[in-house]
Amino acid sequence: MADNKNTAGSGLISEESPGDPSILSIRSLQKVFGAHTVLKDISLSVNRGNVVSIIGPSGSGKSTLLRCATFLEHADGGDILYDGCYAIRDGVRASKAELNRFRTRFGLVFQNFNLFPHYSVMRNITEPPILHGEDREAVRARAAELLHKMGLEGKENAYPYQLSGGQQQRVAIARALALNPEILFFDEPTSALDPELTGEVLKVIRQLAEEKMTMVVVTHEMPFARAVSNRVIFMDGGVIVEEGHPEQVFGSPTQERTKQFLRNYQQ
Amino acid sequence: MSLMTMIVKMSEGLSKTCAIFFLTLLFSLPLGMIVALLRMSKVRIVSAVTRFVITVLRGTPLMLQLLAVTYGPYYLFGSNVARNKLIPVVIAFSINYAAYFAEIYRGGIESIPIGQYEAAEVLGYSKFQTFMRIILPQVIKRIMPSVTNEVVTLVKDTSMAFTVSYQEMFTIGKQIANSQTSFMPFVVAGAFYYIFNVIVDYLMGRIEKRLDYYR
Ligand SMILES: Nc1ncnc2c1ncn2[C@@H]1O[C@H](COP(=O)(O)OP(=O)(O)OP(=O)(O)O)[C@@H](O)[C@H]1O
Ligand SMILES: [Mg+2]
Repeated sequence: MADNKNTAGSGLISEESPGDPSILSIRSLQKVFGAHTVLKDISLSVNRGNVVSIIGPSGSGKSTLLRCATFLEHADGGDILYDGCYAIRDGVRASKAELNRFRTRFGLVFQNFNLFPHYSVMRNITEPPILHGEDREAVRARAAELLHKMGLEGKENAYPYQLSGGQQQRVAIARALALNPEILFFDEPTSALDPELTGEVLKVIRQLAEEKMTMVVVTHEMPFARAVSNRVIFMDGGVIVEEGHPEQVFGSPTQERTKQFLRNYQQ
Repeated sequence: MSLMTMIVKMSEGLSKTCAIFFLTLLFSLPLGMIVALLRMSKVRIVSAVTRFVITVLRGTPLMLQLLAVTYGPYYLFGSNVARNKLIPVVIAFSINYAAYFAEIYRGGIESIPIGQYEAAEVLGYSKFQTFMRIILPQVIKRIMPSVTNEVVTLVKDTSMAFTVSYQEMFTIGKQIANSQTSFMPFVVAGAFYYIFNVIVDYLMGRIEKRLDYYR
């Protein structure tokens, strides 16, 4: 990884970084809000078909990390690469047009859904791909398929306010999937849901994991993270404190902070 | 003068009242959006200047603004007062109402959760698409009650054109009242405005109903 550093800053921002098989790699990412460094030297990579869970206490920078990866926040330092292409290099963003091309590679599911309330379920899902120039009929067919998969048949013409939180979140997942992303980010997808609705959303994510969808999931649902993840990352204070196989991180954590966090969680 | 004659004479001014009303809406509704966007500009000086202009327009009487736009050019440059007073009247009304609409729009735009912008951005909507497709429709729904208020006020405010002797309904009524020493023209004017506003209320209610399909 370090040997790629010396090419940083030269020439085209989005040129390829050779020999990196991962869909997403983040290197030495930094994010500063005012005087507060929220992300300090975060490095991680996500391989195709893998599920990576990110856990950690409130304020540890989990959301900020996802927001940097999805360009909602401007990283202040480090690299972000999709498929080995630089989207951000040494804190410098690629051009607007290039970022737009990168945006087609990922999807983001928010904690509070952020569906468009004035659009029907169908239109929420179909408008983005149609605006990207895809064929209307093909998009509608794909949306119907996705709704079926999400267990939302018959809700095509409903408006978001007519749905439960769990249904809304599944629409949001379908909306993200309709753009055929290579990687899907979730920021606490069940935190805004009543406990009895959490399961239906987790079930959908689990199903996507079985289909080898590449996903990065920020979650407080520890049993879920343990069950579906290929890798778990524990963050605290803007750094990755510990990462590894879920059985290792949950079963025999090596870092004192991880142990303490997990202990607090069980109470 | 019989009541019937009064009503007929005053109705002749109604078309001018309607002209002020509709032309003012036609210009001030879009102009208000431009002003609102300037007011929210990230360029400090632009938003500060716009804010100042809005406070002046909202903080001084519309009547003064009417006089200023109609006679100002004469006092400042010695140019003739416009032959057709409709032009300065509509300019003054449009600018004044644009200031009010701008603040309504701004309130509406700022009330849309940031998550709507973020979702649109991640889904690949351009800034323009986000505004036109996602933000604006929701803003319109939210501001309809306030806009209705302003439109009702505008109906009544058209009477202020009498200060520059534009021959709309109220100006004619006032002239009849003076020459006949009668209060009746004011009663007729009141009835006209009331009926006008009943219609406005009905139409705005219809629009609000049409936007009722979501929450
Ligand atoms: N826009 C911002 N401006 C200033 N500080 C911010 C901003 N966004 C986040 N922060 C700060 O950055 C830190 C990390 O926030 P972040 O939302 O990433 O935490 P988190 O791990 O997602 O927490 P939670 O579990 O509560 O969602 C916090 O201290 C927060 O106050
Ligand atoms: Mg968060």
